[in-house]
Amino acid sequence: MTSKEHSGGGSQLEELNGFTNPGLPEHKPRLTDSDPKAQKVAERQVALWFLLSMIGTIWFIVAYFLFPLEESMQSIRLHTAFVGLGAALAMFGIGIGAVLWAKNLMSDHEGIDERHDINGSEEDQAIALEILHQANEESGIGRRPLIRNTLIAALAIAPLPAVLVFRDLGPLPGDSLFHTLWDKGVRLIRDPGGIPSPESERPIRADEVTIGSAYHVLPSGIGDHENTDHPINEKAKAAVLLMRIDPKELNEDPARKDWSHDGIVAYSKICTHVGCPVALYEQQTHHLLCPCHQSTFDVKEHCKVIFGPAKRPLPQLPITVDSEGYLVAQSDFPEPVGPTFWEINHP
Amino acid sequence: MALVVLLLVGLLLTGGAYALFTQTSSAKATTASASDVDAGKKLFAANCATCHGMNAEGTRNGPSLIGVGAAAVDFQVGTGRMPLQANGPQAPEKEPQFDDEQTAQLAAYVASLGPGPAIPEDEYLDASKGDPAAGGGLFRTNCAMCHNVVGAGGALTRGKFAPNLADVSDKHLYEAMQTGPQNMPIFNDANLTPEDKRDVIAYVNEVTENPSPGGFKLGSLGPVAEGLFIWFFGLGAVIAITVWLSSRAK
Repeated sequence: MTSKEHSGGGSQLEELNGFTNPGLPEHKPRLTDSDPKAQKVAERQVALWFLLSMIGTIWFIVAYFLFPLEESMQSIRLHTAFVGLGAALAMFGIGIGAVLWAKNLMSDHEGIDERHDINGSEEDQAIALEILHQANEESGIGRRPLIRNTLIAALAIAPLPAVLVFRDLGPLPGDSLFHTLWDKGVRLIRDPGGIPSPESERPIRADEVTIGSAYHVLPSGIGDHENTDHPINEKAKAAVLLMRIDPKELNEDPARKDWSHDGIVAYSKICTHVGCPVALYEQQTHHLLCPCHQSTFDVKEHCKVIFGPAKRPLPQLPITVDSEGYLVAQSDFPEPVGPTFWEINHP
Repeated sequence: MALVVLLLVGLLLTGGAYALFTQTSSAKATTASASDVDAGKKLFAANCATCHGMNAEGTRNGPSLIGVGAAAVDFQVGTGRMPLQANGPQAPEKEPQFDDEQTAQLAAYVASLGPGPAIPEDEYLDASKGDPAAGGGLFRTNCAMCHNVVGAGGALTRGKFAPNLADVSDKHLYEAMQTGPQNMPIFNDANLTPEDKRDVIAYVNEVTENPSPGGFKLGSLGPVAEGLFIWFFGLGAVIAITVWLSSRAK
């Protein structure tokens, strides 16, 4: 190891900036360098940490048998807590001991290692050039342009298949962002939770939705694998929240008057900000809150945004009642659900 | 002879099935005596009428209680939310002001004003008969967005919040679903059947009683609280150790 005084290599730059290089701070000896008593204390300190580590290791082994893993959550909790405590002490003790040893007792000599030059010696460079030259001679790549050019062309197009397989990431979305499973006459069913199946369908009658109720709703037929995309994909677009409000409190746009039924309104549950499910419904204020970014929608005012980053009201599902009294959709959503995207106004 | 036996068996079966069905559908509340109603009326006049009106018809300061049913009274008074102590974003839970008998009398009085949901029967409060797995599915669809997936509670708008469900009794859980107190929506029996509600109660009991195998739960509030904790305390410890490692010994 070569050790040099710090040379003022950057002095020109530093003068330009109006500063002078202060160099390395003056070397100060440690207390343990001069005081044998402090040295003794430091030595014992290090040994104490190594001793603690040993205790941790032994505690690990003891705790492993003292708190065996059993069926109950409580036993898992005690086992992980105490075994983990032992492992932590074992590792931490060695680490802290080693650091204290290095800081207080090992040699305090300071030095600077200069970097090697990046380029090799002239001798090495000549050897490398000779190897290249020889390879050119033996392969004849310089003499045979046909081989050289076809090789370059082959290498150039070889990555194309890798680009092509990006197609397998999935079909292009097409117009699927503009449509959901909702359609004229589709019944509103309860969201059974999880993956919907045809057996779990429970349609909703209008008289079951009392004032103050909130129903989590999916379109009938969503669990039928044969006619639809995977139910989860359809659910991500078609989820609806159904609420009944005293019709006197609803402030409805005359053009949308017949989209609700006697105070029962249905709105998309997919936030128009980034698509979280908006379902925190306050039945007295009639505010719908999105849990992700606190966008708040006013159900009384066609779910217009009253707070938060969402820029568009939640799309309303026009509903009515069929001859048997069940709630049905009048059509699909009149606009795409979920986050606003570039083409939303140009389908 | 065979025909007679067959007829008898058929009659018994249909009769039995009919009795079974009528029994489950005509679930009716406990009976309250006229003296309970009278005592409840007096308690109501002294403690509730200022806001809800002398005949519970409602005033500018409080809603009408006609038709809210005994279940709503049992929840609101039984959890100490009513009588309201102070105006605020929502009525917080506090030490109940009335004992069980007085609460029952108030409930009997309000129930006598108009038909409404009754205090649930013990059959639907027996969580051991519920299916926690089915209840978990229902809870995640209908409740978890506000109350958190393990019932730890969460914030709503402008100072309102969905409370922690860990220490709520089975009866009060049921009544809250049934009556939709304050800003909570109502989950009537057409939406969540009494059996569904029992499953939800079984799930809430299961998740809130489970000890956490990973140690300290940080209130089960999820990734935001956990991220904040590790950001300040975990990263803080890493920085402190790094500073100590690179400092010179004195």
